[in-house]
Amino acid sequence: MSKTIKLKQGFDIRLKGKASENLVQDISASVYALKPTDFHHITRPKVLVKEGDRVKAGTPIFFDKQNPSVMLAAPVSGEVIEVKRGERRFPLEIKILADKTLEYEQHPTYNLEQISKLSRQEVTDLMTKSGVWANIIERPFGLIAHPEHTPKAIFISGFDTSPLAPDYDLLLRGEEVALQAGIEALRKLTDGKVYLSLSAKKPSKVLEGLQGVEINYFEGKHPAGNVGVHIHHLAPLTKGEYVWTVHPYGVAQIGKLFLKGIYDATTIFALTGPEVASPQYYKTYRGAQLRPFLKDNLTRDEHELRIISGNVLTGEKVNIDGFLGFYHHQVTVIPEGNYYDFMGWILPISKTSTSLSFHKGLGMLSALFPKKEYVLDTNYHGEERPFVQTGIYEKVLPMDIYVEFLLKACLANDLDNMEALGIYEVIEEDIALCEFIDPSKQKMQKTLRDGIETLLNS
Amino acid sequence: MMWLRKKLDQIKPLFEKDGKFASLHPVFDAFETFLFVPNHTTGPRQEVHVRDAMDLKRMMVTVIIALVPCLLFGMWNVGHQKALATGIAMTGWEKFLFGLEKTLPIIIVSYVVGLGIEFTFASIRKHSVNEGFLVTGMLIPLVVPPTIPLWQVAVATAFAVVLGKEVFGGTGMNVLNVALTARAYLYFAHPSDIAGSGIWVATEKQATVDGYTGETALSVAATTASKLKEAGQAFSAESVVQALNDYMGGMFTFKNMFLGTIPGSIGETSTLMCLIGALILIATGVGSWKIMVSAFGGAYLTALFFNAIASDAYMAMPAHYHLVMGGLAFGIVFMATDPVSAAHTETGKWIYGFLIGVITILIRVLNPAYPEGIMLAILFMNVMAPLIDFYVVEANKKRRLSRATV
Repeated sequence: MSKTIKLKQGFDIRLKGKASENLVQDISASVYALKPTDFHHITRPKVLVKEGDRVKAGTPIFFDKQNPSVMLAAPVSGEVIEVKRGERRFPLEIKILADKTLEYEQHPTYNLEQISKLSRQEVTDLMTKSGVWANIIERPFGLIAHPEHTPKAIFISGFDTSPLAPDYDLLLRGEEVALQAGIEALRKLTDGKVYLSLSAKKPSKVLEGLQGVEINYFEGKHPAGNVGVHIHHLAPLTKGEYVWTVHPYGVAQIGKLFLKGIYDATTIFALTGPEVASPQYYKTYRGAQLRPFLKDNLTRDEHELRIISGNVLTGEKVNIDGFLGFYHHQVTVIPEGNYYDFMGWILPISKTSTSLSFHKGLGMLSALFPKKEYVLDTNYHGEERPFVQTGIYEKVLPMDIYVEFLLKACLANDLDNMEALGIYEVIEEDIALCEFIDPSKQKMQKTLRDGIETLLNS
Repeated sequence: MMWLRKKLDQIKPLFEKDGKFASLHPVFDAFETFLFVPNHTTGPRQEVHVRDAMDLKRMMVTVIIALVPCLLFGMWNVGHQKALATGIAMTGWEKFLFGLEKTLPIIIVSYVVGLGIEFTFASIRKHSVNEGFLVTGMLIPLVVPPTIPLWQVAVATAFAVVLGKEVFGGTGMNVLNVALTARAYLYFAHPSDIAGSGIWVATEKQATVDGYTGETALSVAATTASKLKEAGQAFSAESVVQALNDYMGGMFTFKNMFLGTIPGSIGETSTLMCLIGALILIATGVGSWKIMVSAFGGAYLTALFFNAIASDAYMAMPAHYHLVMGGLAFGIVFMATDPVSAAHTETGKWIYGFLIGVITILIRVLNPAYPEGIMLAILFMNVMAPLIDFYVVEANKKRRLSRATV
């Protein structure tokens, strides 16, 4: 039964620089990278290639010794030009110089009807060895799904409410068949339902027509589009249970694997933000180097800017020669905020006067301009302090979770309380907005991840 | 302000690690961050890249701004009360300047002593100085009578900051409201200077007018009730109201008590000014309206309950009188809403506030020794707040467990 769920909690961060609907196809990167650091809790990666090796698109590049059947594959064909390593030789980036015309690892092909007749094992085997399995994220903890776990449901969020988020219809236009094939494959993996959640206000036209899924509608401000919120309201998670989540792009990629027999890493990302001259969409491959897209499109010198793969809440800082993150469909560019602001904490008009605020404290008048778009920089606007203001986090998290108490349990390494207070239900993206609004400027996402790591290692 | 920034950058190395004054780094840091919001930027990953423009300093200053109406009115009232008590004619400005002269030293002592201790502790612990005392330093002068000896303010502030806050780990970790801890210290250590009659008005030892006793409305109400009881006279709501109205030719009328032109602690006499402060706190979202509403509600309902029993005249006093008497409004608006020492959960805040209201009236009406109850009620509920939160959070855990399918 499809439901419409209205959420009262939340806050939209209205940033300047929304991508226009223009899709650029003629700019392409020559170097692509796969980064083990894009995935949580990969502690023992085993790299399968070395510098100078030739790979095809879909050739396994590395795997995690804790989850050895799941391969991470090359997005493009070409030559491995560098395996960049960090501390204790941990691989950070495996760079591939792409061929002009791509060659693909070939897998068997199926039509829709054949997919529905495959066994779970056959589906899992093909997906894990081909590289598409990494699209499936497992809750609790937000790790790459373990093929031996059986999820009680699979969740697909059909919209994104984070700042300057790309429009899924633009990302997925023309992929209807692949999406349907992906759904057929995913249905093999769970005994429960496959849930697809759509925006009640502007449901995606591409996704709304999919069959074999339960469609529910969500209405509200960010984080209404977060899959964690959907799980909380539709099939809440408790200890010992698993749910899997897949981005619609991942569903289409899984579909294309079955239909065409290849690991097709073609992707579209939105280049957004106030410091982008013409924010628009670009078609490329996963892991593309960003320089070709950014070099003539920034408003000022790159050193004065923060280039973020992903959105401003959960993305990762990269430099202009950095790469598009594995799960990212957005690049945001905002100004760096490394300036001193004279009396900035009291003056209503200062350098930070255009600052957006969830709060309405002294001089924080942004609530009076509900449609204004803001240029936010990376300044902290204060310093880190202990928890003082209470009850505010619950105003932006549409879940029955006491964020402050959960994080205190994480800080205290109190495993029992972490479990009891709902650590199974949240990952970083769910509490990112709490971190944004926090007047005490705490690093909540990091605290939560440290708590999760403690739990995983206990 | 570039020159100031340059100057700071010049001397900054002296206070850094290995600098000449490295041990004073927190002090330098406090001044630097007071002048300039630092140039810190958000982290590269696992952190949001943009931050809300609100920070703790701005939040605390919002509270101070909410306190300004009470402060200004309180200063005027100190002069006004002197004029009433001594019969000396004073203009509005003279009243205000007299109040300023009495109040400013208390404010200065409170801030100097409190911040001095904060800086010392920050230097020892190598912490940065927290903003919490900005508000505490203003609250302490507003909850003491204008005649308080300054050395007592100093000792009480030191006691409150050290034992009420720093031993727990500083701002954000304290169990008790720091300003009320100072007030409680004075109440128990120097009772003759903070309770009873004769201390609420700074008469400067000038002769008072006939019939003037310098009592507060609460003590007038309480003594009236006991006098009537002793005399075995019939009592009613009217008898207390009458006694209040009769005092000094109409000093304690409901209107006067609401406006605050009555003797009392410097900042807490005016319910009207407290309500203006409450509006600022609620509009800015800094103070919890839930605590305020439930505390006023708790007090009013309890007073109504006593009206129903009415076994003495004080119990029979109209319930709405309780809301404008004594420090109830000030306590509820500025003390009970202290986010650190109040309940942290939203459900908890309803319970916490309501019980503050209930206990305040219980102490006022049933306690024969001391007619004011808000201070002890808030301190008691400060101690109980973690327990309330514990049960609210336990209920959340149970809800989560009950959904388990395995």
